[in-house]
Amino acid sequence: MADEALFQFLHNEVIQYVNSAESGDTENGRCVSKLENMGFRVGQGLVERFTKDTARFKDELDVMKFICKDFWTCVFKKQIDNLRTNHQGIYVLQDNKFRLLNQLSAGKQYLDHAPKYLAFTCGLVRGGLSNLGVKSIVTAEVSVMPACKFQVMIQKM
Amino acid sequence: MYVIICMHCFCPQNYPLYIRSVPSQSELKFHYTVHTSLDVVEEKISTVGKAMAEQRELYLGLLYPTEDYKVYGYVTNSKVKFVIVVDSSNTSLRDNEIRSMFRKLHNSFTDVMCNPFYNPGDPIQSKAFDSMVSAMMVQSS
Repeated sequence: MADEALFQFLHNEVIQYVNSAESGDTENGRCVSKLENMGFRVGQGLVERFTKDTARFKDELDVMKFICKDFWTCVFKKQIDNLRTNHQGIYVLQDNKFRLLNQLSAGKQYLDHAPKYLAFTCGLVRGGLSNLGVKSIVTAEVSVMPACKFQVMIQKM
Repeated sequence: MYVIICMHCFCPQNYPLYIRSVPSQSELKFHYTVHTSLDVVEEKISTVGKAMAEQRELYLGLLYPTEDYKVYGYVTNSKVKFVIVVDSSNTSLRDNEIRSMFRKLHNSFTDVMCNPFYNPGDPIQSKAFDSMVSAMMVQSS
């Protein structure tokens, strides 16, 4: 249990730090992209470690399943609740109880703070996918607090 | 006595991340062989459909044997390629040993990759990786 808390505390502090470093009045776009880039590098490293003993992936869907199951379990201690795709390069990953949002009040009060708390994870997914040879754009959206959706747009080369 | 004559590591775009070989007259020839064998690697990982089950292992096995040496390959899930050249006369070397050598390489590479000071795609300059390869090359069997 302790290690779960550690990651969460560290993540909160990183957000605090990045937010205060990008001083005050500028909109939090730069803060979000900084967090996203951090996540990207971490994702690359993590995936390298997690896929050490797995067989080669068959296709894109196989890679996405890996992200939803193994990767998510390792990082967030639960699987993605729902994975949907249009089979044309768009995947929607839905987490009904996202761990990094779980401690935030469930109402609408902190809704505008949510992007900061999702940026790192977006980067994590993008970095992981890119290391597995899938170039993508990852965006997140929240409608009701602990639940969130990550949209992954695969970029065909 | 050297077990491994030449060891290369390539990034997904096929430029070398790490090159190491036993200093000898024909060093250039080995580099040439290794680069040629990349085609075989490419071929092996792009086969889709039939015989999928055995193709999905990270270890690719013998890429091609020549008279004096054998070339073995390994591809990680992130498409980083390892190629090793060993002496053909060394018959005591089994497939399993080669496999475990690659595993060791892969483990070391993962450590390099998780080093925050390393930029993915840059040549590997890690001392730990270096010494691991050195130890592996001279391992007497």
